[in-house]
Amino acid sequence: MSRTHINCIVNGEPTDFLAADATSLLDALRDELGLIGTKEGCGTGDCGSCSVLVDGKLNCSCLILAPEAEGREITTVEGIADGDQLHPLQQTFLEGAALQCGICTPGFLVAAKALLDANPDPTETEIRYGLAGNLCRCTGYDKIVRAVQEAAVQLNSTSKQGV
Amino acid sequence: MTATENPTNYKWVGTRPIRHDGFDKVVGKARFGADLNLPGQLHGAFVRSPHAHARIVSIDTSAAEAMPGVKAVVTGDDFPALDPTHPNYDTAVNCMARGEAFYHGHAVAAVAATTKAEAKAAAAAVEVEYEVLPAVLSIADSMADGAPLANPNNHTKFAPPGDPSNLATITNLDRGDVDQAMADADVVVEMGFDCAHVHQGYIEPHACVVDYGDGKANVWCSSQGHFRVRSMTADVLGVDNSKVKVVPAEIGGGFGGKTTIYLEPIAAKLSEKSGKPVKITMTREEVLRGSGPAPSAELRIKIGATKDGELTAIDGWMAYGVGAFSDMAGLIGAMSVASYKFPNLRMETYTALTNTPKSAAYRAPSAPHAAWAIESVVDEVATELGMDPIDLRLKNAAVEGDLTAMGMPHPRVGLVECLEALKASDHYQSEPAEGSSRGMAVGFWFNIGEESSATVNLNEDGTANVITGSPDIGGSRASMALMAAETLGIDVYSITPIVADTESVGFTDVTEGSRATFATGKAVVEACEDLIEQLKARAATIMGVDVGEVAWVDGAAVSPGHGGGEGGDPLTLAQITAQAKRTGGPLTATASLNAAGAGPSFAVHCADLKVDEETGEIEIVRYTAVQDAGTAIHPSYVEGQMQGGSVQGIGWALNEEYIYNADGAMENASFLDYRIPVASDLPLIETIIVEVPNPAHPYGVRGVGETGIVPPMATIGNAVKAATGVRMTSLPMSPPKVLKRLNER
Repeated sequence: MSRTHINCIVNGEPTDFLAADATSLLDALRDELGLIGTKEGCGTGDCGSCSVLVDGKLNCSCLILAPEAEGREITTVEGIADGDQLHPLQQTFLEGAALQCGICTPGFLVAAKALLDANPDPTETEIRYGLAGNLCRCTGYDKIVRAVQEAAVQLNSTSKQGV
Repeated sequence: MTATENPTNYKWVGTRPIRHDGFDKVVGKARFGADLNLPGQLHGAFVRSPHAHARIVSIDTSAAEAMPGVKAVVTGDDFPALDPTHPNYDTAVNCMARGEAFYHGHAVAAVAATTKAEAKAAAAAVEVEYEVLPAVLSIADSMADGAPLANPNNHTKFAPPGDPSNLATITNLDRGDVDQAMADADVVVEMGFDCAHVHQGYIEPHACVVDYGDGKANVWCSSQGHFRVRSMTADVLGVDNSKVKVVPAEIGGGFGGKTTIYLEPIAAKLSEKSGKPVKITMTREEVLRGSGPAPSAELRIKIGATKDGELTAIDGWMAYGVGAFSDMAGLIGAMSVASYKFPNLRMETYTALTNTPKSAAYRAPSAPHAAWAIESVVDEVATELGMDPIDLRLKNAAVEGDLTAMGMPHPRVGLVECLEALKASDHYQSEPAEGSSRGMAVGFWFNIGEESSATVNLNEDGTANVITGSPDIGGSRASMALMAAETLGIDVYSITPIVADTESVGFTDVTEGSRATFATGKAVVEACEDLIEQLKARAATIMGVDVGEVAWVDGAAVSPGHGGGEGGDPLTLAQITAQAKRTGGPLTATASLNAAGAGPSFAVHCADLKVDEETGEIEIVRYTAVQDAGTAIHPSYVEGQMQGGSVQGIGWALNEEYIYNADGAMENASFLDYRIPVASDLPLIETIIVEVPNPAHPYGVRGVGETGIVPPMATIGNAVKAATGVRMTSLPMSPPKVLKRLNER
């Protein structure tokens, strides 16, 4: 079986791997690169557990073929923190108990990062629609929405201090 | 009393530390069922029945075996034939059909190949010849005279030996004189209800890796109870428990659905035949077609009341459709009728088999169906009497000593406190927002105890490892650490809570029945109490005093000469563990128990909603969940259980249902078409934790996991009635059904 050699940037690092043409980006991340933080909940783009950023845009990695990653910049949940320094979203998810089982958490963190990158001060409704592509069955979304609200406050206060 | 008024002043219990396993889960390091890979592993794939009921005439695996990458193929013939009376006979047959397929999606063969794609292709090449048999697809069909048998191995439980039947249980409960009470009642309301099958909807599909070697199956999987995975897998393989080791992965949601097995013995047999580790992960479609949904139900409830609001009698008929294998759903449904005094009661329940997937537990199993019907009728009684729905319930609420439908007296319970908390809440005291209407309802779940073990090892620096066998579904590691910290008197972050494999901790039952924090927590506390006695003895040696003079205060040993009022300092736990070597060696303790005294939990929910008269769509605009937690060990995760249960119930009420075609195939087997609630469907879920401590737990825990899913359907149905005048009687209350009823007004 022939496999394609793919070059891309994953979590800031130049990365290359081999993948069969029919392999999804999700399977390539998990099986070829060992980045198991990205989860498969459905494989059909309905649950958002496999959310990644491709050139900064939110995508379901189960709907992207691995060869399509050629030349792209991919960010997974493993690329959100700076070493042990958690991203404010990760910290507010922990402090606000916004995860129960934790299987959907990587997808929510990636989707919430995409949301706040594009809209630093979202309303509750904007957060709910921004995360509507991600399914969580444990929390009822309450604490997730609150954690994103809190992270937005923290990020905005940090960026204002930076100015 | 509510959590903020907790008078007990615990130092750790009731606080909200960051969970110990949290970091790994927000950085992507936590390993769930599908996240382990072994060198050289193969991938498994299933062949599943395309018929709801069929005899398997023949299975030809030769073409599949000849395909590239294929290393093993198994069918039912590869597994030992268990006696049909064996407790895990149904589990074995559900994992892999033997001669007869009982539902569309029933596994009939499996293959293992080098890649996932090769395994899938080979599964498609297995040739199965079926003789299609008559299928039973509804409760009514199942219970009809002369109905074909859904499963010829089913016999009615607790009944005299007889012919096979479609009924797994028949329960008749009776007290008082229901007929006379109904005749004497000032108000009688009778209504019929039905509920479709719904799925637990955990986001993580079932997954496992099994490495078979030297006669032993080494299993890595996510489950709600790895000791049950061990015994079930061993039984299906026909080996001793000692020949199966199960290592728990993190579990990506279960809600009852991961209290049984589907994959592990199949992967074990494929591994045995191929000589390589085998990994199997279900697709979402397989999860929906091949793993357990909650039962469907048909219910008829009649309630009689006096004009001053005493509920004098209930006459109920409830039938649960459980799929193709025996189940206790009807009996458990009867057990869940426990919220009101009802001096006269008749409850007739049935568990009916259908040729649909085998039901699995789903959060307070059977109770949501019963509460949907009963709480709807109670609401109608309140309307007829012109009474406030909370006041009617307060007048009849079960308290300590009142009997459940099963005739068991309630221990101390908190239904009255929950009703009063809702009545006093900002939500109930405020008018519904413009254009919205309000409903409320009650839910009950009895909770269970069962067996648990815990080992607590004190480290030489005064930190501790708390080792249990209860998979952590939603924060129970943090609860175990909090109870250990409170008991020992040390910092919660000095404790490492661990969920250990089946060979590293004592037997522990499944994380189900809201039992982990109650029963396993009780074992943790007992082990810590044992350690305190050991610590006091070591301190006595170090201090040179009699052990009777040593007390344990705030994580330190105190005696008259050491912090007891005559100078000197107490000996802290860390100071004692540092001297463990010279005072007798390591400090460890183990406790095992079969926990009695599980505390029943009540919840009361309230919803404000709008009904779109043009589309039939229901929008929830405000929602409050009140629940008696006994004691909230980690209030954030108690709230999380209440909110999660509420929203699963909202999904059950509004959208979720298995849609079968005329041949018994599920037509909506994806998360696109089986629609669980998303963030934009919902408001914030307000919570009020009521704390009426359970006297049978050292910190008063009742268990909070399940009750929250019980009230939402009637809460919403009652609000829809208030909004439209229409009493919805069929779940889900999806837009087409609501619109039809609105148009019939």
